[in-house]
Amino acid sequence: MTRTADEIGRTGAGPRELPPLGSTRAVPLPDVEEHTLRSGLRVLVARRPGVPMVELRLRVPFAADVHRAGSTSTDAPDHAAVAELLSSTLLTGTATRDRIGIDDELAAVGADLGVGVDPERLTIGGSGLADGLPDVLTVLADVLTAATHPDSELVRERERLVERITVARAQPRTIAREALQRKRFGNHPITREMPTEAEVAAATGEQVRALQAASLVPRGSILTLVGDIDPAAAIALVEKQLDGWESAGTARELSPPPPLTPGDLELVHRPGSVQSQLRLSAAALRRDDPGYAALQLANLVFGGYFSSRWMENIREDKGYTYGAHSGTEFVPGGAVLGVDTDVASDVTAAALLETRYELGRLTAVPPTAAEIDAARAYSIGSLLISLDNQGGLASTLAVLAADGLGVDWLRAHPARLEAVTVEEVAAAALRFFAPTAFTGVVVGDADVIGPKVRALGGISGP
Amino acid sequence: MPAVKLPAVELHRATLSNGLRVLIVPDPVTPVVGVALHVDVGFRSEPQGRTGFAHLFEHLMFQGSESLEKLAHFRHVQGSGGIFNGSTHQDYTDYFQVLPAAALERALFLEADRLRAPTLSVENLRNQVDVVKEEIRLNVLNRPYGGFPWILLPPVLYDTFPNAHNGYGDFSELELASLDDAAAFFDTYYAPGNAQITVAGYLDVDETLALVEKHFGDIPARPTPARPSFAEPVPGAERRQVVPDAHAPLPALALGYRMPDPAADLDGYLGHALLGSVLGDGEAARLQRRLAHTDGLVTDISASAGLMGPLDARDPDTFTITAVHPATVDPDRVLAAVDEELDKLAASGPSADELARQVARWSASLHRENDRVMYRMLGLGARELLYGRAEITVELPDRLAAVTPAQVQAAAAALRSAGRGVLLVEPHPGGSQPNGSQPDENVAAEGDQA
Repeated sequence: MTRTADEIGRTGAGPRELPPLGSTRAVPLPDVEEHTLRSGLRVLVARRPGVPMVELRLRVPFAADVHRAGSTSTDAPDHAAVAELLSSTLLTGTATRDRIGIDDELAAVGADLGVGVDPERLTIGGSGLADGLPDVLTVLADVLTAATHPDSELVRERERLVERITVARAQPRTIAREALQRKRFGNHPITREMPTEAEVAAATGEQVRALQAASLVPRGSILTLVGDIDPAAAIALVEKQLDGWESAGTARELSPPPPLTPGDLELVHRPGSVQSQLRLSAAALRRDDPGYAALQLANLVFGGYFSSRWMENIREDKGYTYGAHSGTEFVPGGAVLGVDTDVASDVTAAALLETRYELGRLTAVPPTAAEIDAARAYSIGSLLISLDNQGGLASTLAVLAADGLGVDWLRAHPARLEAVTVEEVAAAALRFFAPTAFTGVVVGDADVIGPKVRALGGISGP
Repeated sequence: MPAVKLPAVELHRATLSNGLRVLIVPDPVTPVVGVALHVDVGFRSEPQGRTGFAHLFEHLMFQGSESLEKLAHFRHVQGSGGIFNGSTHQDYTDYFQVLPAAALERALFLEADRLRAPTLSVENLRNQVDVVKEEIRLNVLNRPYGGFPWILLPPVLYDTFPNAHNGYGDFSELELASLDDAAAFFDTYYAPGNAQITVAGYLDVDETLALVEKHFGDIPARPTPARPSFAEPVPGAERRQVVPDAHAPLPALALGYRMPDPAADLDGYLGHALLGSVLGDGEAARLQRRLAHTDGLVTDISASAGLMGPLDARDPDTFTITAVHPATVDPDRVLAAVDEELDKLAASGPSADELARQVARWSASLHRENDRVMYRMLGLGARELLYGRAEITVELPDRLAAVTPAQVQAAAAALRSAGRGVLLVEPHPGGSQPNGSQPDENVAAEGDQA
């Protein structure tokens, strides 16, 4: 019994009515206990039962010390390489534990810790059984106070880091990201997200150990714990376990990058590429700005979710892409919009044309009340969903705390989104989404995409 | 070592008169609800000459239905505050939404409408062929290690079309897809008796069952396709294949082995799964210590049970070991070191403590999975569909804890005594990209965009 497509798409009863929404129960966010240790470390703890786990996020501002002896006055070009090597060897040995011992102790309580570093911060994140929190903090305290970055481990991790960087730099998304960072922030240290292989090869154990002593410090850092734990007891435990982590210094914040300058998109040649990366960027607002909620809604309507104008145009109508996404990225002292998509080489110019069209349309034909209501419902609902688990709540609290915002901001955000008017969204669209506000890069095979892309104007490069 | 138990999960089952299976999993604590439709067809069942069709069809199911014009599905889910996605696996295709609990009935309506009467049009078909081609360019053709190993390894280890072919599909075959193909595929595989609806989160069980009946109950029953066996003999010897990769800067290799049928021998399967952990998970794992650190042969190495994850397919499924290594290291040195480590485990097994640590970590990860309505729902739904027992998810910590060192030892011995597939990915600068060659991407992980 095979029906035709047409027969499949129709029933005798005909189309049906969409059911109305019911009600969602209110589940208040937990209170966050906060305490600053003698060392200056801020500790945030929230109890979120549900599963017997605890999530841990330690965030240490970790910018290069541009005034360090031996570096030039405005730059510390080797910082990224030394910081990456530090991050790769932090869990490989202490005065009393080796790499295997560290991992075994964590695994025994179902725990995992990972270290990451970028131009702004070093983060240690992970989770473990809630009962195992004392063990996790013991290991954490040991690596923070007594990591030795053993030479044997360091030599091997340095080799692996060079190999991993080689692989990462072969990824079109890495190539596009590096080109975009240079384009919008010039030579500012925020652009050094990945050191060169040569810089890593030249980094030494001595430099790594010196960086840890100088920069991996508690004052200015924030430890966030969320899980099936008692906040007061957890704070007392952290106070006891991390008592030995101290320093006279303060963790170093990255200086603000220069403001973004609107301008031509730079065409970046990647020979043999079968797709092109479109990466456009403009200025945006920080979360504490009174206009942030309106910008958030304008962004959703443009390209911040699937049901956005841009996605519906270039994917669901034109089939130019699998994904198109716009969103806010926070940088020291400011924020930037990113407008990102990957498209086939032969439709690159067409996709760029539609992208500029949708940017212009958002300013000239601003979002309707219906578009805004859908974006509002999505922003409130997806926030609720993202906070409905320990890991999501821990990550969000950690990110907000670094920005000086607390759980009260989070609690009040749905009401801020509710209060935004159509006029406010139109004003945000005009101010932030005007095509003339953007700069960016187009990465692809310039021999294939160059002629048509250049013909559209506003393109520099090969 | 602390005992790990998942909290009690209530599982309520029903079957509608049209054959649709229903699994309801209440959670009184969350403000969120999820609805998932699992259909018993994956890329192993797609017709020869139409590679990639199951995944393409998944895309078409988002393109509208009798009551919902194109784009309406996305707009209604997101406009109700929810998120959605779909993914195509070896043996099943899932469609799901997670929303504030207020949208439960709306979510059921949206799923039911497309299971009853999806709009299959030429325009939508052509549009989604273009979108899928962009997905394949993004995840396979324009990047290093695209399709490694999930597309590239199966043709080395398997002989039959269902097990060996590329589930993303060849462009030429995607382009041939017709509306008649889509209609036949829907009528054959998307019968209500071949599908299951899972509802998890903040809900009332009786009320939810009534809503499922209200929205899905009048979909007429259709014959349910006989489920084919995909069994094929285990290779007796090693098979090798070399694949060039125009974008890869370093060589990579993948080993594929067969593993026990999880439906018939779950403990044997879990022995293999824990062997994967003992070999690859964490700094203390055997292959990490030996190959990544002591011998410095590989940049990174991993081992795991199941081509698309553990307990995600019926038999046959694949145990994989993958590594990226410097060009200065001969791949045979990597293989020899892996074999030596397997031989050691086959001779004397892991220590009890070593195994217990892996079980603790795995159990903790199950807690994290269980903490999110989306993952809890998808895990329970998939195990219910594949094995008829969502309980497997709930029992997993206990069953893992019961696996003995001797069972892991036996799994290592089984790998050493059978044939295997060896895939060697070689950097080939300037060469043409083969039809598939990157870890971490598969049709089962599509981000927030169907």
